[in-house]
Amino acid sequence: MNERSVYLDHAATTPTDPRVLEAMLPYFTGEYGNPSSLYRHAAGARQALDDARRTVAEVLGARPTEVIFSGCGTESDNLAIRGVAMARRHEGNHIITTPIEHAAVLHTCEQLESAYGYRVTYLPVDATGMVDPDDVGRAITSGTVLVSIMYANNEVGTIEPIAEISRITRARGVPLHTDAVQAAGSLDLDVERLGVDLLSISGHKFYAPKGVGALYVRRGTPLLPAQTGGGQERGLRAGTENVPYIVGMARALEIASAEREAEAIRLGALRDRLLAGLLATIPDAQVTGHPTQRLPNSASLAFTGLEGEALLLRLDMEGVQASTGSACAAQEEGPSHVLTALGLDQVAARGSLRLTLGRATNDDDIDHVLRVLPPIVETLRAMSPLYAS
Amino acid sequence: MYSDIVLEHFTNPRNVGTMEDPDGYGKVGSPVCGDLMEVYLRIAEGRITDIKFRTFGCGAAIASSSMASEMIKGRTLDEANALTDDKVAEELGGLPEAKMHCSNLAASAIQAAIADYYERHPDAQGAPRAEQAPSG
Repeated sequence: MNERSVYLDHAATTPTDPRVLEAMLPYFTGEYGNPSSLYRHAAGARQALDDARRTVAEVLGARPTEVIFSGCGTESDNLAIRGVAMARRHEGNHIITTPIEHAAVLHTCEQLESAYGYRVTYLPVDATGMVDPDDVGRAITSGTVLVSIMYANNEVGTIEPIAEISRITRARGVPLHTDAVQAAGSLDLDVERLGVDLLSISGHKFYAPKGVGALYVRRGTPLLPAQTGGGQERGLRAGTENVPYIVGMARALEIASAEREAEAIRLGALRDRLLAGLLATIPDAQVTGHPTQRLPNSASLAFTGLEGEALLLRLDMEGVQASTGSACAAQEEGPSHVLTALGLDQVAARGSLRLTLGRATNDDDIDHVLRVLPPIVETLRAMSPLYAS
Repeated sequence: MYSDIVLEHFTNPRNVGTMEDPDGYGKVGSPVCGDLMEVYLRIAEGRITDIKFRTFGCGAAIASSSMASEMIKGRTLDEANALTDDKVAEELGGLPEAKMHCSNLAASAIQAAIADYYERHPDAQGAPRAEQAPSG
């Protein structure tokens, strides 16, 4: 069994960058004050919170007052969608989204439907996972209170035309939310260029720790708070601020923003070599998601005739950590909802593999995968009744 | 998630393959649900003399079919028919609850192959007897 460890699941989570950890440490035992306290001893924490907010706002091209800190991307999505829908409940009850959103968006919309009587339109996506902006325009009604479309998809990496979509939603006066959890760190987040009214991010996807996120809310956007209490975050998200983690996330976002363009080139080249190599050596394999409009670090494929979990288990034994869109468990039977929405054959969707590169990924890692994956696919196919060698 | 025995049967599955003119053939499962198992049996004098299988499925599915095939090789048809998901899982050193349906599928595939054998050989020893028609 190989001792080398090749982590290719950065879309699931990332290790905390040492620079981020360093930025956080003073706020655990040194500047541990509650930012709301009045004495000098808490001033450092208060300052750090303000600086972090300013840093995040700068990366987003937003005002500091438009940045709300949360506990994670899921919380940001919940706050954005439920917050706007409920705040505008007297103006309408229609929400527009897509079937390829993260569960945090989908289940929030589903709950609004089942528990509160909202109507949800799920826009079609094409075979590459792309939304047609014109479909957004066609779906908007006088009762539409929110459109929520993700910036980049977590499973297949497809980048949605958010700027084009926002031109339409702005013209119709409907707020646009985008789940940028997977995009942050890889793509430009300028909210003016994107034209969005709300944007969610999650720290642990860009080398900050788990347990911290943020939501951009454009000035003037009505939002009903989910978490009420002591009035923090301008009353929109109560709770004593998690200063060290917020500081960490801001630092991580700052680093990611500074390194973004160079990393996109570096990772794109590694990813392209990986995909080219795999497609050249493995028959009956297809890339899923958009061929060009995709995150630079995302490589997602489907292999006919084998099942994803078995593939991951074998890869794990060869020291490679990856992900699949196939869930085989009593509670959760089903190929991924994303691959299903893309129209991928249900059985082919079972043989899906997602490899997402990151900061630590290098050429040796790619070589390793190119060496170990083809024989694994061959072995699993040789014992499969669904593949004729 | 998996025991060492499961991992061993997953990486080195026993009895993988197909058979020309099997005496019994069974196929159970659903590719859309993520597992499909095929079992081929060679039967002589009421015993399973050889078994081959192919599986499309997760680690537990592959390991379960491998273990099940070992457990019934050389057994009588009655013994093989009595194989259950619990017995397979026990031999594997246990399976997570969410994966028990994989061992259930392995047992079902074997039962399907035996049923196929009896259907093609209704006079074979141990074959289930048809209902007697009322006389007169």
